[in-house]
Formats: sequence, structure tokens, C-alpha cells
Amino acid sequence: MERLQYSAVELAKAIKEGKTTAVEAMQAVLERIERFESEYHCYVTIDKEGALARAGQVQREIEAGSCTGKLAGVPVAIKDNICTEGMLTTCSSRILSDFIPTYSAKVVEELEKAGAVIIGKTNMDEFAMGSTTETSAYGVTRNPADPEHVPGGSSGGSAAAVAAGECFFALGSDTGGSIRQPASYCGVVGMKPTYGTVSRYGLIAYGSSLDQIGPITRNVEDCAAVLEVLAVKDEKDSTSIGREDTDFSEALINDVSGMKIGIPRDYFTEGVDPQVKEAVLGAAKVLESKGAVIEEFDLPLVDYAIPTYYTIAAAEASSNLERFDGIKYGYRTEQFEGLHNMYKKTRSEGFGAEVKRRIMLGSFVLSSGYYDAYYLKALRVKAMIKKAFDEAFARYDLILGPVAPTTAPRLGESLQDPLKMYLSDIYTIAVNLAGLPAISVPCGKDDKGLPIGLHLIADCFEEKKLLRAAFTYEQSAGKGERL
Amino acid sequence: MAEKITEETIDYVGILAKLELSDEEKTQAKTDMERMLNYIDKLNELDTTGVEPMSHVFPVENVFREDVVTNGDESEKTLANAPGVKDNMFVVPKTFD
Repeated sequence: MERLQYSAVELAKAIKEGKTTAVEAMQAVLERIERFESEYHCYVTIDKEGALARAGQVQREIEAGSCTGKLAGVPVAIKDNICTEGMLTTCSSRILSDFIPTYSAKVVEELEKAGAVIIGKTNMDEFAMGSTTETSAYGVTRNPADPEHVPGGSSGGSAAAVAAGECFFALGSDTGGSIRQPASYCGVVGMKPTYGTVSRYGLIAYGSSLDQIGPITRNVEDCAAVLEVLAVKDEKDSTSIGREDTDFSEALINDVSGMKIGIPRDYFTEGVDPQVKEAVLGAAKVLESKGAVIEEFDLPLVDYAIPTYYTIAAAEASSNLERFDGIKYGYRTEQFEGLHNMYKKTRSEGFGAEVKRRIMLGSFVLSSGYYDAYYLKALRVKAMIKKAFDEAFARYDLILGPVAPTTAPRLGESLQDPLKMYLSDIYTIAVNLAGLPAISVPCGKDDKGLPIGLHLIADCFEEKKLLRAAFTYEQSAGKGERL
Repeated sequence: MAEKITEETIDYVGILAKLELSDEEKTQAKTDMERMLNYIDKLNELDTTGVEPMSHVFPVENVFREDVVTNGDESEKTLANAPGVKDNMFVVPKTFD
């Protein structure tokens, strides 16, 4: 299974050099899927024949010299809330159980332009609402590190697929930590870029002011390479930013001399697993030994991020999900009396419990009489949180902490208490509120063998600092385990 | 402490959210929403007087472009996803008598 040992960047190079082919790489991935998918269930849709046909096509183009993209021939898995023309896109929801997009998301177009070959669509929490991938209408995904545990979420299928070798890299989306937390739980690398860096065109919206697509990869080098492909200005997304500094691979320097890194004291209060704390502080020591200046500091408002997030995200979700009404696409109830009854029955039967919970909350905080007290209040606190980060980044290049307070919970533990599940996002959520880039890098395992993630946060547009520090850490700590 | 969520509030939110909830779901929704709102009330500990609400982290300006049609006729593909179609149109339930 030598081909599976390659990272995405290494595989593209090996294909280019004729050491292997896009078809062989796809066959290797499909064999892996054959072997493990029944246990892990990373995918909602696997397009085996289509994937092999596209791999063959890309291989011919590579040989003819017409496909020279940096991911030429590399098999990729796409989260199921990202539209793929002609390929089922369900958001892991019953309401989109038969939805075939008529166009591809900008990121899918860009990946295909770079030569990547889509394997299929990965499982997720329904409409990206959840932290464990257990709210999927199509069954749970299991963590390859220990199948009795969740892979995290909402991009749990993508993170698990990368960890299990069921793809060479994957796309996820991150509204409150949905790339970084599953990457941490599964022991892979995941990045949420600065808001506006990656086009949201074709991403089925959850919280539009917070959503951002990003890479989930086996190592930091792959993360930089994939981000280079994704970071493209798109006139179809009005919040898309034209970045000029997108040569992210240049930031892969094994040295952090002089870099100032702040560790918020409030990230290590009660609730953090001692083993997570030890691993993360150990990673800080590694960066210190490579020249970084590490300091503890007080980052205010940490405890206010979650209530702010759930107010804003639920409000945006209640508005975004109004389009699912049984008229233009998706599920429609069979028996109804009149238009409004059809809407209500369709939505009630089509959405799962967590999605309904957030739509209800969002409708409430936006309703007349409560709009000021809840929604506007949350937007004011968001401004305060952003300011707290601005002040921190006046002093530090990076903020360092854990991705999540614990390692992956056991399957079934989180669903009984939604509020408790929400609390697992305490470190990741503020990053989305402030539009910042952040990365999750594996930094050890607990005594049960479950991966722990190091969370690095940078100021807006400073992905290169993240990649440099993450790369330096990874080089010192040793790349993640090979398959 | 949030105001107690009444059954009427749940019914009203159900109308806004276009959801039809069973009695059991309503009871659960009431409990869940009360708990979440109590938690969200933590924000009232903060004095936000004079703080402008921030909807976007970057200054957002309207993005203009020329009004030129760039897509072709994809009505067939689009309608293929619809639960009800007739004569190249969406079928909707009767909206008035």
C-alpha cells in the first residue's frame, strides 16, 4: 500500500514523475474504503465509477501536459454541504435526500482545475449543526483512532476520512470550529482561513457571517498547498477578498525565532482535561525551544463567546434555512392541506431535532420584542470580542491553546445534553466571531490513544504565521503517524 | 433569568419557524429554549453601552457588477430537483380559493 504513504503534495509529485498514476492512487483509496468504510462510515456518497473515470481522464491530461495543477491526480473528499454538480449533496439531512446540484461550488471548480479528483461526499452533522457528526440523518461516523468514539464535528466525515486514509485530503467547513475540532479529535491537520479568503459560493449556508471552507490534511505542507488552491477571489461571493499573499507554501520554514506567542490563562481553567493541558503546554515548550517567545496573558471575554455564537448562528440559520420549503428542491411531505400546512409538515419531517432547535432559537432571538435584547446584544458582544483579539494581536503574533477541552467523547454521550456539547467549542468559536484564521495540529495522545490537537490562532490575513509555527512544531514533533 | 417561555411563545415561534411540533416536541422545545436563553442571559453581565453592533468583521461595501447575463437556460436541470413540476414550472399547492 505504498501509494497511501504519500501526502497529497508527495502524491502529486510522484504522479508527475511517473512513479505512480492518478488511477493507481484512486484505486488505492477505493481499496481502503472497501476495507474500512463499513466500520467508520466517513461518506454519504461514494462515486466509485465516476472517480475512477475522472482519475483516468486527469492521468491522460497529465501525460499530455495539459494538466499541470499542483494537486493533479490527488483523490479528495468533499464535505456534503459543498455543492458538486451532478453529485448528490445532502447536508446529511433528510430534507435534501435527493438534491443534485446544477452547479459546483467555487472551491470544487478550483480543486478540479488544480487536478484533484473527487471521490465522494463526506458525512457531517445535519446542516453543520453539531460537534460530533451524530446529528447526521444518515448514521454516525466513527473515529478511526477508536471506533467507540465520535470523530468530532461537524466535518467529522472529512476528518475521519483523512485519518483513515480513505482520501488524501478533504474539504470541511468551519462555522464555530467544525474543521478544527474534528481534525483535533481524529489526529489530522485542519485550518479555518480568515473570513473572506475562500469563496462560500456553493456552500450551503448555515451562519453566513461565520462560515468558511478550509482544508483537512495529513500534514501542514498539504494544508498550505490546498489553501493556495482555495484562496481565490470570487465575484459570486460578495464577502470574498482578493488576497495577494497566497503563496502559503513559502511559509513552511522550520524556525520560529523571535515569534511572540501568547497563551491565555483563561484557556486552562477548570474543564480542561489534564492530559490535554499537558500535551498543549508541551507543544508550547517545543516552539519555545525553536526560538519563540512564550508568555501567558489574560484574554478577556472567553466565557462570553459561546452564548454570543449561538445567538448569532441560530439567527442566521433560521433565515438561511427558510429556503427549504418543499417547492424548489428536496423533500416534500406526502399529505397536506394547503400551502402553509405543506411548508410546516415538509420542514418538520425533513429537519432533525438539532436543526429544529436552532431554527426555533434563531426565530425567537430575531422576533419583534426580543431582537434588541438578544440579537443586537450578541452583535455588540461580538464587537467586544473582536476588540479583545485586536489588543492581543498588538502584542502577540499567535495565540496558543487547546482545540477542545477534552479528547473525543464516546458515541452517544453528547446528544443527551446539547448545552454540554456546545461547551466543547469554547476555544474555537471566538475565532469565527472575530473572522480570524486558526489551525489545529496533532500534538499527542491521551492514555486511551485518542489524539489531542494544538490550536494556533493568528490575526486576520496572517495564515503564514500559523503555517510557519505549525510546520516548525510538526518538524520537531515528527509528522503524524504514517498509515 | 430569562422570562419564562410560555406555550404561546412556543406556538408563535413555531409559526415564525414554519415548523409543526407535536405536543411532546413542544414540551422539549420549551425546556431547551429556556435553558439556552438562561445561558445566553450571561451576556447581560456585560455593559455594552455605546458599543456598535458588529455584523461583519470587515467593513462591507456593496459589490457592484455590470448587469450582464452569464448563465444559460438551465431550467430543465433546475426543475429536475423539484418535488412537483408541470409545463416547465414548479407546482405549488393551491394558495387561495
